[in-house]
Amino acid sequence: MIHYAKIISCYAADTSGVCSALYELGGMTVVHDASGCNSTYSTHDEPRWYDMDSMIYVSGLTEIDAVMGNDERLISDVCDAAEELNPEFITLCGSPMPAMTGTDFDAIASVTEQRCGIKTFGLHTNGMHSYIDGASEAFEKIADYFCKKSGRKNNKPTVNIIGATPLDFSSQKIINSMKNWLCESGFDVGSCMAMGDSLDRIIAAGDSDCNLVISGSGLAAAELLEKKFGIPYVVGVPYGKKYSEILAADIIKAIETKSSLFSSAERSNSQKSDIAVVGEAVMSASLARAIEGDTGLSARVICTLEKDKRFFADGDLCIADERFLAEEFAKCGIIIADGLFKPICPENVRFYSLAHEAFSGRCFRKTVTDIIGTCLKVTPHKAR
Amino acid sequence: MLKNIHNRAAITIPEKNIGEITFPDVQNGGLEYNPPSRGAWNIVHIGMLIPKAHQIYFCAQGCLRGVVQTTAEMNAADRLSWAYLCDEDYAEGSMEQNIIDSMTAVIRLMQEKPPCILMFLSCMHLFAGVDFGMIIDELSAAFPQIEFVDCYMTPTMRKSGLTPDMMMYRQLYRPLKKTALNEKSINIIGNNQSTLESSELLPILKNAGFLIRDITYCKTYAEYLKMAESSVNITYLPIAAAAGADLEERLGQKHLYLPLCYGFDEIRENYEKLCHCLDIDTPNLSEYFANAEKALTAAQEKVGNIAVAIDASATPRLLGLCRLLLEYGFNVTKVYTDGFSSEEKEDFFWLEKNAPQLKVCPIGNVSMRFASGEDNSGKILAVGQKAAYFCGTDNFVNIINGGELYGFGGIVKLCELLEDAIDKPKDRRTVIQMKGIGCESCL
Repeated sequence: MIHYAKIISCYAADTSGVCSALYELGGMTVVHDASGCNSTYSTHDEPRWYDMDSMIYVSGLTEIDAVMGNDERLISDVCDAAEELNPEFITLCGSPMPAMTGTDFDAIASVTEQRCGIKTFGLHTNGMHSYIDGASEAFEKIADYFCKKSGRKNNKPTVNIIGATPLDFSSQKIINSMKNWLCESGFDVGSCMAMGDSLDRIIAAGDSDCNLVISGSGLAAAELLEKKFGIPYVVGVPYGKKYSEILAADIIKAIETKSSLFSSAERSNSQKSDIAVVGEAVMSASLARAIEGDTGLSARVICTLEKDKRFFADGDLCIADERFLAEEFAKCGIIIADGLFKPICPENVRFYSLAHEAFSGRCFRKTVTDIIGTCLKVTPHKAR
Repeated sequence: MLKNIHNRAAITIPEKNIGEITFPDVQNGGLEYNPPSRGAWNIVHIGMLIPKAHQIYFCAQGCLRGVVQTTAEMNAADRLSWAYLCDEDYAEGSMEQNIIDSMTAVIRLMQEKPPCILMFLSCMHLFAGVDFGMIIDELSAAFPQIEFVDCYMTPTMRKSGLTPDMMMYRQLYRPLKKTALNEKSINIIGNNQSTLESSELLPILKNAGFLIRDITYCKTYAEYLKMAESSVNITYLPIAAAAGADLEERLGQKHLYLPLCYGFDEIRENYEKLCHCLDIDTPNLSEYFANAEKALTAAQEKVGNIAVAIDASATPRLLGLCRLLLEYGFNVTKVYTDGFSSEEKEDFFWLEKNAPQLKVCPIGNVSMRFASGEDNSGKILAVGQKAAYFCGTDNFVNIINGGELYGFGGIVKLCELLEDAIDKPKDRRTVIQMKGIGCESCL
């Protein structure tokens, strides 16, 4: 099967998703890849790289090590670094070459943990999937290995935010806006997995009453926490004035009924909509619902990443390839998407640029807008 | 200043005196850190030097991401296309056909066909034994008006012969075809930007009646192809030596490697070698020599006893520059590098003997993650982006790979840049994060 693009960008890969998810948690993340390959992540996928320390490294995989299956070099290098840096945990993840040679990261993690005495887990990235897959597995592992329930009583309903990475939410300011919105809506914030909170805070996630899943990256962890501690989750980002109110009500409903909700997918009339929001499933669906709430205009989603049907309403589409996207764009009146999709948008279709770091990296970072709880305005497109 | 979310105080920065280092390694393996200085050119930037050429990459999404973003930041997204590999591709044995089909589809979408397409395969393809020659043959037959060039994005091969950068410079000139040579035409190859106009290299060649060609001068593809007519190729960066050797073998153009260096005797020897090869008289270099000395003295007076730190991305002759500045009274205290080239051996031993307290700091060591701003106790003058980052100084000379500052004239210009760096601090955070120094950027 061939997947090609003449001009548009591609999304950050699974390895970047892992690194981004675990950046602030005090662990050491090692991508088993060639020297220099960490530059892509640290340049384009990680806005915190210049300002905030971390322990994200590349193993410097060579041709000879790959051919000879020299896993010992990786293990000893990881142990040496761990001795020097004393991380809270160690994560090992793979890239295309280890995938080809069948590197067993679970086994390597086990040996590493035995040798250095630090909790170590392997993640099953191979550089051939999107950042959602990598971040999702990383958050799930954190939830599985570290999150606990102490039995503490909460004064107010308490909500964790799950699925926060700068790949989707470029700056901490946006996450802080979400926290403020939760507080203004009558909730306490448990923790945010994983921007702005330490591992210590995330460990207590089991004491919260609900998990708010703000991207596809957070779903697996939320499902695990539901299974482990009976905490329901609500999927949605509090974009727009009206939808953020609905989302707050959905959280209360989920807590009361102990049932999880795909809030952002609950849209009507999206099948016939002239407006398409393009990109990551949860963010796009939430924006579509926010547009519907604040303007009365229906919007549909063209998801370029996840394929889980639970994220979508009738009329939403999952398209990843440039040629099919271009065909679909031509059927719309308004496209809301990252600016690097613009070259395939016909001139007679109005294009609203909405920067998405996971697609355009640093290109439009300066234009990122915080629309949490903000009333949206969209001028309807004139009928063609 | 780096926000400290870990216990940085407990981490030791692994610097050593040069006397404690065994030539040529500084950092012996281990996990690698990548500091946030982005001025170096990558294979995308280099490929863009061929006028009107289009680049197409075939690789996993993770590998694609960097090249696609590089192009987007250069405002050149229309000059790069891609196809990505999926899990099943490498198991099915259909890689060649997938590449041909993807290439064909992308080319058919192009309203105006490029004269040249640089096709990049990845580590995965080479490991799978993909027949690159067959792919090129098939595509050349299907699109005879396009020159297809095999190119390589193979970082796992970094320590197996030529590095990907060296291969890129070699492939950059592959479209040049054998033709009659013009004895009065000469190429300078392998540099990313034009050689400094005030370098004596250019007047020496021009005064002897030579036409100088350089890919950085070329505005059209036809002009670029004319480089095949030159009788001599000059390279002055080690990274371009393979390109020179390849052109000598393929086109019969003589290759002259005249390394960018800082020792006055070596510079003089370079010009003697050049003039001998071209059968011209060696000009009197004393004025150039005197100008360099004068500039160094003036710069030293300006810089005074301010500590100077230099990193290996700034110049291929890190230790040579270090030695030159020390010889002229600069207070060079530290160099940042993961190793030394064989060309640096003499300078290494000179420094070991004459400046044994010179600190050598690895760049990629895991602990260097926590080294930003560690030297900010006093004013520091840095040469190179990594040194600026690690030292936390805005007083820095912003050059990569020698900055095309060649010969005595190059030293004069470098001295001007040192003085300028003292007078005019730069916005370090912004400047060093721009990719491909000198390239257009949307940031």
